[in-house]
Amino acid sequence: MAKRIDVENLDVYYGSFKAVSGVSLVVEPRTVTAFIGPSGCGKSTVLRTLNRMHEVIPGAYATGKVALDGVDLYGAGVDPVAVRRLVGMVFQRPNPFPSMSIYDNVASGLKLNGVRDKSTLDESVESSLRGANLWNEVKDRLNKAGTSLSGGQQQRLCIARAIAVKPEVILMDEPCSALDPISTLAIEDLIQQLKELYTVVIVTHNMQQASRVSDRTAFFNLEAQGLPGQLVEIDDTETIFSNPTKKATEDYITGRFG
Amino acid sequence: MADESSPAVETTDETSTLASPTSPRSPLEAAVSSPLQLDHVGHAGDNSFRGAAYAAAFVVVALVAFVGVFLAVIAWPSLSRNTVPFLTSTVWNVSGTEMAFGIAGLLWTTVLSSVVAMILAVPIAVGTALLVTHYVPPKLGSIIGFVIDLLAAVPSIIFGLWGLKVLGPALGPLYDWLQRTLGWIPLFSKGVDSTGNVLTASVVLAIMILPIVSAMSRDVFRQTPPDHIEAALALGATKWEMIRTAVIPYGRSGVIAASMLGLGRALGETVAVMIILSQTNTPGINVSLFSGGETFASKIANNAAEFDSPAKTGAYIAAGLVLFLVTFAVNAIARLVADRRPRS
Repeated sequence: MAKRIDVENLDVYYGSFKAVSGVSLVVEPRTVTAFIGPSGCGKSTVLRTLNRMHEVIPGAYATGKVALDGVDLYGAGVDPVAVRRLVGMVFQRPNPFPSMSIYDNVASGLKLNGVRDKSTLDESVESSLRGANLWNEVKDRLNKAGTSLSGGQQQRLCIARAIAVKPEVILMDEPCSALDPISTLAIEDLIQQLKELYTVVIVTHNMQQASRVSDRTAFFNLEAQGLPGQLVEIDDTETIFSNPTKKATEDYITGRFG
Repeated sequence: MADESSPAVETTDETSTLASPTSPRSPLEAAVSSPLQLDHVGHAGDNSFRGAAYAAAFVVVALVAFVGVFLAVIAWPSLSRNTVPFLTSTVWNVSGTEMAFGIAGLLWTTVLSSVVAMILAVPIAVGTALLVTHYVPPKLGSIIGFVIDLLAAVPSIIFGLWGLKVLGPALGPLYDWLQRTLGWIPLFSKGVDSTGNVLTASVVLAIMILPIVSAMSRDVFRQTPPDHIEAALALGATKWEMIRTAVIPYGRSGVIAASMLGLGRALGETVAVMIILSQTNTPGINVSLFSGGETFASKIANNAAEFDSPAKTGAYIAAGLVLFLVTFAVNAIARLVADRRPRS
């Protein structure tokens, strides 16, 4: 239940503006890959091309190739809706559906897939909440609103919602930047468990977080404002943080950037 | 990491200015050492504006109360001389010395025509609002929105004439068909009039309340937080599924409030309804959508010539009071629903 991602020569545009240029990278199954880099370097944009969520923004498009176990996600006849059912996403700000209970939030993806059977739903809601380390905290109040939980719990609820549809890949766009340190730790622990089942790609501004949770780290940068972001290098996290090949990477991780 | 960021690495203009403690009267120091001013700043603007705001609010509340009291005071003498139950009777005879007037028929026709108008208008308004906010490009959306809003600029007398002379006759075959096939339901039973009936009035009222319901629905749908939309799409929702999971739940209370405001408008609409509805002399309540009748507003307007004695005027004012209370209640409910935030 985890797939390999191959990105080849990816360019991303917002209308006529080229936001990302020439990104090629490989994400191995059952690993955590962190995308780091300064704001505006295109790391979130690249993340969103992995499940075609960038297309939500009018005028955004990508050229090049993004393949999931060899299948091009941008090939003819590929439905972005189908892609997103395989490649789940967790966002910067926890975004449970406010009109839904905890239970309904987790079940929402399954219901979109046409699952109606109560016992199947019950089972999936419990296993997803357990998988997101949230079950023990919410099992007695599944009918309460999802938004009644704390920020960290809401984010784990969103992770439970994402894994309930059994995706191949989970993308996380700065999942801890709106959370306190203790909630952050809980999410980081969870990411470590998730990689046993899923391929995880995480965008983070927090370099300690990248070094704690990821196996591989990709450093993105942009040469100047207005120029497209680029992938500077991708390597084992240990190598990136101890012995990076590129000067720009070293400057960034040692805090001498800019 | 700390040893690498030694201050000697780079010396910019900024650091040199900040790190110059030698000049004793630097602008920063001068600002800090000046005496603190903590006495009264002068709130004349605050005070006068607060007064004006309070006065404005008071005038509005007083006006509403005044209208209500005015209606009640004028209506009371006639109500006390009424020989039939005011709320349940359908007779209307205020010319003689024995006054007999009841509003049951008026209430039925008013509520029926308005509720049907709302039922017809809301799906169209919500549909166009969703189209404009989530399906077409923003530019085209604002053009469509503008055209719908133009409907609000058509005078109601024009709507009345058009309803009576164009829409009613055009819908005649549909009316015949409805009466033939659904005639066993009292609401669709054979009526007296083929064009000037309640249903024609309802269709015209629906068109008249469409702009307000549509505009308010557009506003709430447009405000759907992008977070919710992305959450749905990232789960693999299609566009329609996204609208069902994110947009409609967020906008539901706003749409209900908009519908109630539209209903309030339809209840009080006078000229168009007065022109369209043919008055009937059939006793009792005209249940069917295909009969004529009168609403509160059209009854009062039709008989404005009769306001020659306080007693007769009082009877019509009493009917107006009921309309006032009904619209007031509908609008109050609209407000309550609109203020209800999504569960948190």
